[in-house]
Amino acid sequence: MGRIQLKQVTKSFGDVEVIPPLDLTIEDGEFTVFVGPSGCGKSTLLRLIAGLEDITSGHIEIDGKDATDVVPAKRGLAMVFQSYALYPHMSVRKNIAFPMKMAGMDKAEQDRRIEAAAKALNLTDYLDRRPGQLSGGQRQRVAIGRAIVREPAAFLFDEPLSNLDAALRVGMRMEISELHKKLDTTMIYVTHDQVEAMTMADKIVVLQAGVIEQVGSPLELYHSPRNTFVAGFIGSPKMNLIGGAEAQKHGAHTIGVRPEHIDVVDADAGEWTGTVGVAEHLGSDTFFHINGTGLADTITVRAPGEVSFNHGDPIGLNPRAELIHKFDAQGLRIE
Amino acid sequence: MARAVKTQRKLINTAVAWAIGLVIFFPILWTILTSFKTEAQAIASPPIFLGFDWTLENYAIVQERSDYMRFLWNSVIIAGGSTLLGLIVAVPAAWSMAFVPSKRTKDILLWMLSTKMLPAVGVLYPIYLICIELGVLDNRVALVVILMLINLPIIVWMLYTYFREIPGEILEAARMDGATLKEELLYILTPMAIPGIASTMLLNFILAWNEAFWTLNLTAVDAAPLTAFIASYSSPEGLFFAKLSAASTMAIAPILILGWFSQKQLVRGLTFGAVK
Ligand SMILES: Nc1ncnc2c1ncn2[C@@H]1O[C@H](COP(=O)(O)OP(=O)(O)OP(=O)(O)O)[C@@H](O)[C@H]1O
Ligand SMILES: [Mg+2]
Repeated sequence: MGRIQLKQVTKSFGDVEVIPPLDLTIEDGEFTVFVGPSGCGKSTLLRLIAGLEDITSGHIEIDGKDATDVVPAKRGLAMVFQSYALYPHMSVRKNIAFPMKMAGMDKAEQDRRIEAAAKALNLTDYLDRRPGQLSGGQRQRVAIGRAIVREPAAFLFDEPLSNLDAALRVGMRMEISELHKKLDTTMIYVTHDQVEAMTMADKIVVLQAGVIEQVGSPLELYHSPRNTFVAGFIGSPKMNLIGGAEAQKHGAHTIGVRPEHIDVVDADAGEWTGTVGVAEHLGSDTFFHINGTGLADTITVRAPGEVSFNHGDPIGLNPRAELIHKFDAQGLRIE
Repeated sequence: MARAVKTQRKLINTAVAWAIGLVIFFPILWTILTSFKTEAQAIASPPIFLGFDWTLENYAIVQERSDYMRFLWNSVIIAGGSTLLGLIVAVPAAWSMAFVPSKRTKDILLWMLSTKMLPAVGVLYPIYLICIELGVLDNRVALVVILMLINLPIIVWMLYTYFREIPGEILEAARMDGATLKEELLYILTPMAIPGIASTMLLNFILAWNEAFWTLNLTAVDAAPLTAFIASYSSPEGLFFAKLSAASTMAIAPILILGWFSQKQLVRGLTFGAVK
């Protein structure tokens, strides 16, 4: 079980209010991702849930019980840190055993769980090594192993993959997703990588300056961002946000068009025209950064496959009318 | 060619390092040499470096005249006791400053250090009076406490520096894993800080061993350590350089041997923050 509720939670460091009053419910078994720009309070929120920071006001409930004043050790949550935070003076086996030792679990059960975790995480051959003798990916797996043996009510991850290289990151991302499917335990995952957020989450919480901008499934956020911040933050490359006369034509203060929702045509056939600034040919897709449209500094377009426009070429753009997002002067979505 | 220059550089560096080392070590070497001379040879002019009649008679006289073992024992008790007591006070203090600092932590650290800038003689009178009042003049326990207080700022500073090197997240991980504060200190912090704690203990032991101002002023017979033993041979009436040297050699020998065997640990500990 692991249903976590935050009720009117605030956090200040000295005079600086980092989290203004915030309400959030995380359902049992849900994979929730906190995303947002650097410094928006993701880690702080996670640490408040963990109990590593005291909340300034409000309540935290875990499975319906008030956990506000419960020490971290007693909340039944496990955390995986960005720096792995393994105990350097202990072998991998001792690291994984540590939470069970603290819980006073009997030795045979400890060994059984260590074997099971090691097998699941491909660590069987490394159990007697020290963390210093492992690669980054292996260390992260040890940290995950240490978290799962306790069978916690929920897992908390703070950017667990950001110290790994790109290829390993994709692999570990899938391993964590599989782990979630297998264990069916609540997971809260902090990242500023929106690809991780989109691929792993059941529910994404988008934060800015400690405020929740939107909560929803990845596709809800993609298809109907509640405001311009979420619109610009979710999706890669970023949504094009266009103001001025063009927006007014659609009865909006700002319109947003995703790069993949713009078709590339010859200059004379386009609703919008411009010149190609940078063309990034990825093979599967081509990204164009287009200047001189008079709409915004640059318009980004994602065309499938290989499209042969080059730097300096004039180009025509046709946004798909039904996929244009409209926002009012406050930046809020107009349906 | 480039290689040749490098070798030359290395030679020069080595020579300079040896020269500096010798200059620093020379007084100790001279003391040891003098301890094997007769009194006449000890004050001969020009001084004799090695070509004298080696004799052990100074050591025999010194041992006969005063009870070396008693002074040695007092030194061990005072240096060891003040080090252990200091650690008991300093580990929790340094832990709280390193991991739960307050707004005033930096000020407290500086203030503690500032007490080291006060000339010791400035507080001799009050401390002397307190000792008389409490009836603890020439008392080993009193000296243990006083030397502990004298060196405490250094112990706290050193431990604080080592603890600061330990990532807070590791301690937080222990907390998440269900460790109580006691378990966190016992199973995680202390094992991780052992090199730092060991070198702090060593340095403090050496400092306390060689401390002369307080030990000379506050002891007479019962609690007198090796510093007092040396001092008893520097008499104004006669020139007893050879015996004084023999006494000094006997006094520094234990700490020299301790330092020799632990030099790796000591250097590692003292440069811990710098090279990591
Ligand atoms: N111990 C602290 N004392 C004072 N301010 C803090 C403290 N911890 C965090 N903050 C501030 O709180 C804000 C949120 O920090 P937090 O670490 O939660 O951001 P984040 O969203 O995790 O960012 P990142 O993506 O860079 O990790 C920041 O402005 C930070 O400066
Ligand atoms: Mg963070």
